[in-house]
Amino acid sequence: MFEIKKKELLAEKTYLMVVKAPNVARSCEPGQFLIVRAYEESERIALTICDYDRKEETVTIVFQTIGESSFKISELEEGESFCDVVGPLGNPAEYVNEPIEEVKKRHYLLVAGGLGTAPVYPQAKWLKEHGVDVDVIIGTKSKDTLIMEQEMYDAVGEDHVFVTTDDGSYKRHGMVTAVIEDLVKNEGRKYDKCVSIGPMIMMKFCVKLTKELGIPTIVSMNPIMVDGTGMCGACRVIVGDEVKFACVDGPEFDGFLVDFDSAMKRMKLYQTEEGRRMLAYTEGKCKGHDKG
Amino acid sequence: MAIEVDMMKKVPVSEQAPEERAHNFEEVCLGYNEEEARAEATRCLNCKNPKCVEGCPVSINIPGFIAKIKEGDMAGAYDVIGEASSLPAVCGRVCPQETQCEGVCIRGIKGEAVSIGKLERFTADWAAEQGISPKAPSEKKNIKVAVIGAGPSGLTCAGDLAKMGYDVTIYEALHKAGGVLVYGIPEFRLPKEKVVAREIENVKALGVKIKTDYVIGRSETIDELMEDEGYSAVYIASGAGLPMFMHIPGEQALGVYSANEYLTRANLMKAYRDDHDTPINVGRKTVVVGGGNVAMDAARTALRLGSEVTVVYRRSEKELPARAEEVHHAKEEGIRFELLTNPVEILEDENGLVKGIRVIKMELGEPDASGRRRPVEIEGSEYEIECDLVIMALGTTPNPLIAGTTDNLETNKKKCIVADEETGATSRNGVFAGGDCATGAATVILAMGAGRKAAKGIDNYIKGQL
Ligand SMILES: Cc1cc2nc3c(=O)[nH]c(=O)nc-3n(C[C@H](O)[C@H](O)[C@H](O)COP(=O)(O)OP(=O)(O)OC[C@H]3O[C@@H](n4cnc5c(N)ncnc54)[C@H](O)[C@@H]3O)c2cc1C
Ligand SMILES: Cc1cc2nc3c(=O)[nH]c(=O)nc-3n(C[C@H](O)[C@H](O)[C@H](O)COP(=O)(O)OP(=O)(O)OC[C@H]3O[C@@H](n4cnc5c(N)ncnc54)[C@H](O)[C@@H]3O)c2cc1C
Ligand code: SF4
Ligand code: SF4
Ligand code: FES
Repeated sequence: MFEIKKKELLAEKTYLMVVKAPNVARSCEPGQFLIVRAYEESERIALTICDYDRKEETVTIVFQTIGESSFKISELEEGESFCDVVGPLGNPAEYVNEPIEEVKKRHYLLVAGGLGTAPVYPQAKWLKEHGVDVDVIIGTKSKDTLIMEQEMYDAVGEDHVFVTTDDGSYKRHGMVTAVIEDLVKNEGRKYDKCVSIGPMIMMKFCVKLTKELGIPTIVSMNPIMVDGTGMCGACRVIVGDEVKFACVDGPEFDGFLVDFDSAMKRMKLYQTEEGRRMLAYTEGKCKGHDKG
Repeated sequence: MAIEVDMMKKVPVSEQAPEERAHNFEEVCLGYNEEEARAEATRCLNCKNPKCVEGCPVSINIPGFIAKIKEGDMAGAYDVIGEASSLPAVCGRVCPQETQCEGVCIRGIKGEAVSIGKLERFTADWAAEQGISPKAPSEKKNIKVAVIGAGPSGLTCAGDLAKMGYDVTIYEALHKAGGVLVYGIPEFRLPKEKVVAREIENVKALGVKIKTDYVIGRSETIDELMEDEGYSAVYIASGAGLPMFMHIPGEQALGVYSANEYLTRANLMKAYRDDHDTPINVGRKTVVVGGGNVAMDAARTALRLGSEVTVVYRRSEKELPARAEEVHHAKEEGIRFELLTNPVEILEDENGLVKGIRVIKMELGEPDASGRRRPVEIEGSEYEIECDLVIMALGTTPNPLIAGTTDNLETNKKKCIVADEETGATSRNGVFAGGDCATGAATVILAMGAGRKAAKGIDNYIKGQL
C-alpha cells in the first residue's frame, strides 16, 4: 500500500514525493491535507496535498525535514511504502463548492511563503483551469530555497507569477508584503480575494496589510495535530473569539478573524523535547526502527 | 487449598500493589483464577427474580452463566454470556457494575454484591486462553452492509450482521480499530493486545472486513457508499470524540491538553514507550479537570508518566461520575482530589507555558435538570494551584464530519444523530446509527447494546426490501 512512486529533492531539506493513495486521490480538492505515518511506531504527520492525479490514484506531498518524524519520512525511497496515509482531511478551499460563475467574477491573489508554495500550487492550478483570474506571489529566503517556480509558470502563466527573495538573490527583493503593496498601489492591480499560505508570521503580516487594502483573505493554519479527525483538540485555534479545530473546521480560515499570536505560541509546544529526540536519532540511539 | 468464602463479602481479587503499579502500564486488576471464580460463584443465590439481569443493559443471563462457573463448565458459561454480549472481556473490565448489574444484586442487599463483572471477565479470559472464538457463518448472503467506526458499537453490529451472513465492511478513520478502547481507555485498565486486539480478531474471524485510514465524509460519503458501492444499509457508529473546553482565560497556553489528546498520545500512539516517536509532555505537577472515567484515566496516566496529579471536580465525591473502582484505585495510587472546586483561569508564564490554575470553591445548591445538586461558586474563595500541565476532561460531543456531509440526516441540539432506540433507524432510509454518536458519550455496554439492536433493525429493513 501507499507506495512512493517518485521522490525528488527540491531544495535543501525539501522533498517532493508522489504517493499511491487511491482513497485520497479519488476525492481530494485543493486546500485539503492528509496524514502519513512512516512506520508502525511513527507519529502521525499532517501534510498538505500539493497535487493529485485521479487516474493514477496518486497524490503529491512536499515537505521539509524539521524534526525527527519528517526526517524519517525523507529517508524513505522510491518503491518503499508508507505504513499509513489517510485523507483527504479538512475542508476544500471555499471556492471549490461555490457556484463557479460567482468565483469567476473575482480576481484572486495567491500569496505563497517558502514551503507554502507547494500548497498554493494546486489552488493556482484549479482556479486557472476553471477560468478564474489569478496572480501568484512567491516569497522565499533566497534563490536556493525557491521551489516549484516552473510548475507555477506552467499553471498560471509567467506573467502572473511574481517571485521575491528576502536577500534579493533572485527576481524581486523583499518580503511578500512589499510585493502586494507594489502590485496594488503602484501597478494599480485590483484583487477581490487573497489566499495566503506560508509561515505563520508571514500570514500574520500579510493579513495586516490586506486588511488595510480591504482584500478579504483566507489563510491556511497548520497547528499541531494528532488524529486529524476532530477527536483530540490539539489543533484548536482561535478564530473570531471562538475555539475552532483546524482539522475539521479548517484548515483554511478567514485571516481577518484568526488569532495568530496565540497560534504561534502553541506551535512551540514540542520544540525542546523533539529536539532531544532528533539528536538521539541522528546519533543512532533511537531504538525499535527496523529500517533495513 | 479450598478458598473459604465469607458469604457477605466478595472473594478478593488480586491486584498489583499501588506503589508498584503507579510506575507501570501493566493491568491493575489481575482477575480471578479458576478456583477463586468458582468460590465467588457460590455466593450467587440463583434468584428466581434476578434483579441483576434487569440491571444489565444487554440482559445477560447472569445467574445462568454463574451457575455454569460453579459447576466448572466454563465453556458453557461463555456460551450463555455470548447469547447477549459480544465483548465480555471488555465489559467485565470497564462496565460501571456498581450502578448496573451489581448495583441491584440481591446478594448485595446485605453485604457485598456478587462480583458479576469479575466473573464475566474470568469467563472471557478463560475462553481466550482456550483459543475459543466464534465461527464464521456457513451460509452467506450476497448483501453488503457498511459500518462506520470500529468502536464497540460498530464492532458489535458488524459481528452480529456477519453471523447473519451479511457481507460487512467497517470503515475506520484511525490507523487502528477499537475506537475508545484503543485510543482512550488506558492499557492498565484494558490491555490492548491481550483483550482488545483479540476481540477485533474475533470479529474478523466472522468474515468482517475492516478498512482503517478511511474517513467517511471525506474519502467517501454515505451517499456514495450506498449509490456507487452498492451497500444496502449503513450503520453509523462514529462515537462522540470532539472534546469540549471551558472557554476560560489561558486555555490556549502551552501545556493545556484535552484528555483525548493526552490519552491518544499515550495509548494509541504509545508515547509512553521509548520505541515510539510521538512525544508527550510529562509535567511535574498535573491538574486534571473533571470527574468521569476520562478524568480518572488521564490522571492515572499522568501519574504513571511520572507527574504528581490533582483532580479538580466541581461537585462532591458522591457525584463523581467515574466508576467507583477507578476512583478507589486512583486514591490508592496517590492522586489528590480537590472536590467542590472549579477552575476560573489557567495561569501562564512569560513564555506562554502553564504555571498554575486559579480555582474557586463551590457549594451544592438546588438540583438541576439532571437531578443532581447544582454547584454554585462561593464568592471570594478563589485560590491557586501550582502546576505545569492541565488536562481538560469535560466531556465530548459527536464530531460534525458525518452529519455535515450526509443530506437529510437529522441531528438534535447536542449534535447527536437522531436514531430509533430499538432499531437504530435514522431519518434516512437504510441509514442506521447508534452508540455515542446517537446518545452522546455513554458507556461501552450501551454502545454495544445499540449495535446489537441495530443489527436486528438492519436485518429487518433489508428483509423488507427484498
Ligand atoms: C494541516 C497541516 C498541513 C501541513 N502541511 C505541510 C506541508 O505541506 N509540508 C510540510 O513540510 N509541513 C506541513 N505541515 C507541518 C508538518 O506537519 C510538520 O512540519 C511536522 O509535523 C513536523 O514534524 P517533525 O517531527 O519533523 O518536527 P517536530 O520535531 O515535531 O518539530 C520540529 C519543529 O517543528 C515545529 N512543528 C511541530 N509541529 C508542527 C506543525 N504541525 N507545523 C509546523 N511546524 C511544526 C515544532 O514547533 C518544532 O519547532 C502541515 C501541518 C498541518 C497541521
Ligand atoms: C478515556 C475514556 C474512558 C472511558 N471509560 C469507560 C469505562 O470505564 N466504562 C465504560 O463503559 N465506558 C467508558 N468510556 C466510554 C466508552 O468508551 C464509550 O461510550 C464507547 O466507546 C462508545 O462506543 P462507540 O462505538 O459508540 O464509539 P467509539 O468508541 O468512540 O468509536 C467510534 C469510532 O469511529 C471512528 N470514526 C469517527 N468518525 C469517523 C468517520 N467519519 N469515518 C470513519 N470512522 C470514524 C473513530 O475513529 C472511532 O474509532 C470511556 C471513554 C473514554 C474516552
Ligand atoms: S455486561 Fe456489564 S452490566 Fe452486564 S453483566 Fe456484564 S458487567 Fe454487568
Ligand atoms: S441478583 Fe445477585 S444473587 Fe441474585 S442471581 Fe443475580 S447475581 Fe445472583
Ligand atoms: S488534530 Fe485532533 S482534533 Fe484536530
